[in-house]
Amino acid sequence: MSISSTPRRPALRLERLRELSLVIIIFAVLFFFGTQVESYFNPRFFRTVTTGVMIIVVVVVGETLVMLTRNIDLSVGSIVGFTAYVVGRMVADNNSLDPVILILLAIGLGALLGLINGLLVSYGRIPAIVVTLGTLALYRGILVEFSGAKSVTTATLPNWINELGQINLFSLGPLDFRVLIVPAIVVVILFQLVLSFLPYGRRLYAIGSNPEAARFAGMPARRIVMIAYVLCGALSGLAGFMFLARFGNLTVVAAQGLELQVVAAAVVGGVSTLGGSGTMIGALLGAVLIEVIGDSLIRLRISEFWKDASLGLFILLAVASDKVIVGRVRDLALRNRRRAEVIPSQVPPSPAVQEGSAHVQ
Amino acid sequence: MSNNANGLNLRFLRSWEGLLTLILVIVVLLNIRLSPFFLHGDNLINLFGVSIEKIIVALTMTFIIINGEIDLSVASVMGLAASFMAWLTDKGMAFPTALLFGLLIGLVCGLINGFLIAYLELPSLVVTLAGLIAYRGVARILLEDRSFTGIPPWYNDLGTQPFLGPLPLALVIFFVLFAVAIVVLHFSAFGRYVFVIGNNKDAARMSGVQVRRIKMMLFIASSLVAALAGLLYVSRLGAVRASIAEGFELDIITIVLLGGVSIFGGTGTLVGVGLSILLILSLRNGMSLAGVTGNTQNSIIGLILILSVLIPNLAQQANQTWKRREYVSRPKEQSITRESLP
Repeated sequence: MSISSTPRRPALRLERLRELSLVIIIFAVLFFFGTQVESYFNPRFFRTVTTGVMIIVVVVVGETLVMLTRNIDLSVGSIVGFTAYVVGRMVADNNSLDPVILILLAIGLGALLGLINGLLVSYGRIPAIVVTLGTLALYRGILVEFSGAKSVTTATLPNWINELGQINLFSLGPLDFRVLIVPAIVVVILFQLVLSFLPYGRRLYAIGSNPEAARFAGMPARRIVMIAYVLCGALSGLAGFMFLARFGNLTVVAAQGLELQVVAAAVVGGVSTLGGSGTMIGALLGAVLIEVIGDSLIRLRISEFWKDASLGLFILLAVASDKVIVGRVRDLALRNRRRAEVIPSQVPPSPAVQEGSAHVQ
Repeated sequence: MSNNANGLNLRFLRSWEGLLTLILVIVVLLNIRLSPFFLHGDNLINLFGVSIEKIIVALTMTFIIINGEIDLSVASVMGLAASFMAWLTDKGMAFPTALLFGLLIGLVCGLINGFLIAYLELPSLVVTLAGLIAYRGVARILLEDRSFTGIPPWYNDLGTQPFLGPLPLALVIFFVLFAVAIVVLHFSAFGRYVFVIGNNKDAARMSGVQVRRIKMMLFIASSLVAALAGLLYVSRLGAVRASIAEGFELDIITIVLLGGVSIFGGTGTLVGVGLSILLILSLRNGMSLAGVTGNTQNSIIGLILILSVLIPNLAQQANQTWKRREYVSRPKEQSITRESLP
């Protein structure tokens, strides 16, 4: 970040820096594995990464909405599994069900589960970690009870669902773009626009940066947080449908542990667990990076078991580097402000990073 | 997340523990109705035995949560300690030495967690969530999907046979640790510091409390005890898989919060946690007697976790509304009520 004559708009904002470095890291990782693995860059690898990432991305967008408000949703894995399984059973029992209705059902069911989380967090005033750790077990338990230990299989699903995961949207040379990538892209762009331009999006940042100040400023903080949870649930529901379309065969443990990947992707993508900072583009890049590394480790033929360990390591690296970089930038901003105080003719800059003190973590 | 619930007063705590005792009595009575053998000594020991590892870890978790932090990585540390021990034994190390190394890896996990949280001041939620993934990941790297069964019979006996009188070793360790924890938390300067930091970290630092050192010690203790619990779990199971103790953090945190420990830090007693241990154990036992399956039990535990925070919140809200009303109608009596509070 350069200190120019117009300190109000630094040449490189922190988010941009973050996204830029993520892109560089992704390319560096690709380059590294490209030199290590024979015929690393093939169309199949591209397909593995894109299909793997698209479900996670939809959930990460919802998780980002929640995390921006200084909360967390650990129940997303259970919501995805719940909706995928329930919707799968519905369509298996009644094959003539309309696709649009089915997708709306998935989204609605997810939103309902998200609403329960949101009500407990915002109106029950229970810390998000407690609520969602509880509902993580609760939703999964209800699903197991509901299922009667049966599973959804591709044989019982209508053909259009089974084919949906295989349909090509278009091909760029040898690279196939599956049709399920569309919701992922649309969701990222839509919610990035919401964050950047709609009052609701800006309020999410405000609440996450300083909940008390946001409340004193007259924001309906509780309602905003609750809506964030509902949106997160709805997006998880959509992801549940995509999960069903991609895998077809589901048991009651579907998507178990997905929440860890989702939180990891968000944190690596620069979404702060202390709220108030992060972008959808960053979250998308975080998800891509994690997926690329996970899939590449398998290609390296060491052991797929390295995936989890590296995931944890990446969260720590991301948070620690954030701490260091954010500290530096905050110092810079402070120095900037002091300089502006000395020369009163200049416009005092707003600090690039809103500092939030965490009480609850 | 609103944060104004950190001032639960002592009277409320007392009634919370009273409430726990009441529920406990009801659950025990229901259990006795379900099975006449419930209160027999063997069943009671068995009752403790089936979740002994979780309740051991709940003791250190109490310290962590009172301190205003959280440790989600305990279950993974349990798994890692067990897997590391199994891996070393598999590689030809003498079993007792491998046990020691199992504890040592717990120490290492604690050092990592503690350093990142206390000295780099990263949020414990993220650090231990990363630990939850990473430590389990390392356990998977070590054991992959194999199952290790080369536990010597004497070690297996430690977990399944009575050690002191009718009590198995793990239970003896639990009672010793429980006594130590009560003394440290409620009757020592260290314990007061734990509370003070949980109440107000900044104020504690400015009053000269070694916040960082205490946080560091707590996270080391948490992982060390978790590693010990993981090794004890192995002695009871007689086999190790990489997925051992997966998901235990839910029960552990539930026990602590149900015991009246505030998730915001600063309040809680080990008596409450002890009561909640008894309650959860009797509840699980009762549900098993009534034929409720494991997954449904989990979802009920999840529900209790939420309720155990929701109810005090609502009670406090009601209490405040009531007080405000009282204040409005009889303003002069307010001072008397306040004096009568400790």
